[in-house]
Amino acid sequence: MKTETQRGWLFVLPVLALVAFNALVPLMTVVNYSVQETFGNNQFFWHGLGWFSDILRSERFHAALGRQLFFTATILAIEVPLGVAIALAMPRKGIWVPVCLVLMALPLLIPWNVVGAMWNIFTLPDIGLLGYTLNTTLGINYNMTQSPVAAWATIIVMDVWHWTSLVVLLAYAGLISIPEAYYQAAKIDGASNWSVFRYIQLPKMKRVLTIAVLLRFMDSFNIYTEPFVLTGGGPGNSTTLLSIDLVKVALGQFDLGPAAAMSLIYFAITLAVSWLFYTLMTKDES
Amino acid sequence: MRPRSLVPLLYIIFLFLPIYWLVAMSFKTTNEILGGFSLFPQQWTFDNYLTIFTDPTWYWGYINSIIYVSMNTVISLAAALPAAYAFSRFSFLGDKHLFFWLFTNRMAPAAVFALPFFQLYSAVGLFDTHLAVALAHCLFNIPLAVWILEGFMSGVPKELDETAYVDGYSFPRFFVTVFIPTIKAGVGVAAFFCFMFSWVELLLAKTLTAVEAKPIAAVMTRTASSAGYELGLLAAAGVLTIIPGAIVIYFVRNYIAKGFALGRV
Repeated sequence: MKTETQRGWLFVLPVLALVAFNALVPLMTVVNYSVQETFGNNQFFWHGLGWFSDILRSERFHAALGRQLFFTATILAIEVPLGVAIALAMPRKGIWVPVCLVLMALPLLIPWNVVGAMWNIFTLPDIGLLGYTLNTTLGINYNMTQSPVAAWATIIVMDVWHWTSLVVLLAYAGLISIPEAYYQAAKIDGASNWSVFRYIQLPKMKRVLTIAVLLRFMDSFNIYTEPFVLTGGGPGNSTTLLSIDLVKVALGQFDLGPAAAMSLIYFAITLAVSWLFYTLMTKDES
Repeated sequence: MRPRSLVPLLYIIFLFLPIYWLVAMSFKTTNEILGGFSLFPQQWTFDNYLTIFTDPTWYWGYINSIIYVSMNTVISLAAALPAAYAFSRFSFLGDKHLFFWLFTNRMAPAAVFALPFFQLYSAVGLFDTHLAVALAHCLFNIPLAVWILEGFMSGVPKELDETAYVDGYSFPRFFVTVFIPTIKAGVGVAAFFCFMFSWVELLLAKTLTAVEAKPIAAVMTRTASSAGYELGLLAAAGVLTIIPGAIVIYFVRNYIAKGFALGRV
């Protein structure tokens, strides 16, 4: 039982001060810009909700949002089942466990721009290992700077490369928490591999998988650096995801009002979808 | 070897192909790289690494990154420890809402905050300092640290706290000398994740620095655009950014998997 005391607020005060400083001030700045128009010289004029209705009707925003949703849905559909499959195939004990974990976790610790640069070098059509193999050895025409399909395939494979390990680590953590007795009971009952997975392993992994899906959703929805370094949003606008588009508007064109309105809509969508995931995936528990 | 151990093996090979290529590139000369495809470096060269270790702009990039990442880890943990204790032991007005609100800050796209962050840290006179980046990264690291630590702390029975009070420990003394050592695995895991997310982030770190505290990632992007096609140098710099992470991961290898399992959303 938890102690009912308002003293708790005293303990969270430092966290509150630090996060509020970083979150509330910038958020209010963004809100402030989103309702104003500026013509430079630091002069601002009230613009009401004009930017919001502009953005919500803009084709450019719809297109970027569509690409973003497609990207996030695709990587979730690949990374979650793949991560679970790899976790299931991992050894449960022995010297290979730490070796596997360390090797698999490595991509998670590489700075995001290095991930982009690394994949750029890896996929160069003439001198990259993947690019050269595809083009010269296998005779498949592969060039990211010309073909949107190649660009898309590359950013998706890159994300799978980068983040599947997070799902593996989480799913594996869920798996090793299952007591050996469960498996023995299943064995006595003559349960098939599938039923062991469906009725023992999957329910035990549910909580960690909720975390995995939530983290992967949030981070892939906010992805910026890796695709920006790899494709720059191109060819054309074909891989311009929401964040890339936002930075183009905010820092490229310096349209502060529309950029701020777009940020808030973007943030609201992330919040809403995360909440939806969270509610759907935890509704059985309550 | 059973056939199913092939799955992790193939996965690890897939993970290491791009990394191998980066390492191979870093030992090639520019002429060899531009001359054509070669699976292994034909003329081994350490020039790329030598450049990085002798040019102050390069090696200061690494030092700057390590400084702000360490500062961030310390600040995040120092603030998150008492907060996590409160969430795991007390119930107070609005605690659940507060917990969720903390977590929403992880959802805010860094791209959204880049410009306001620049203005905020310029206004308080912290622009281009290590402290600015360390504080800014608290935005996403503190919620994560609180979440992980709370999971570990809830696993410690409350009797420990009560026994300590009966034995006449003051709260701060109990917290520092008894409680924190009990959950040191959790502190390790939280420190690992703070280190990781601060080390890999580029957008905010780049926005908040100019010269004095410029992170290695920003030095790399500048090289990528200005020096044209010095791929070997870029690859060597990339390889060197992987090493600190690899060292940290080695130390916490046994706790990584556990850390997330014990946390709660």
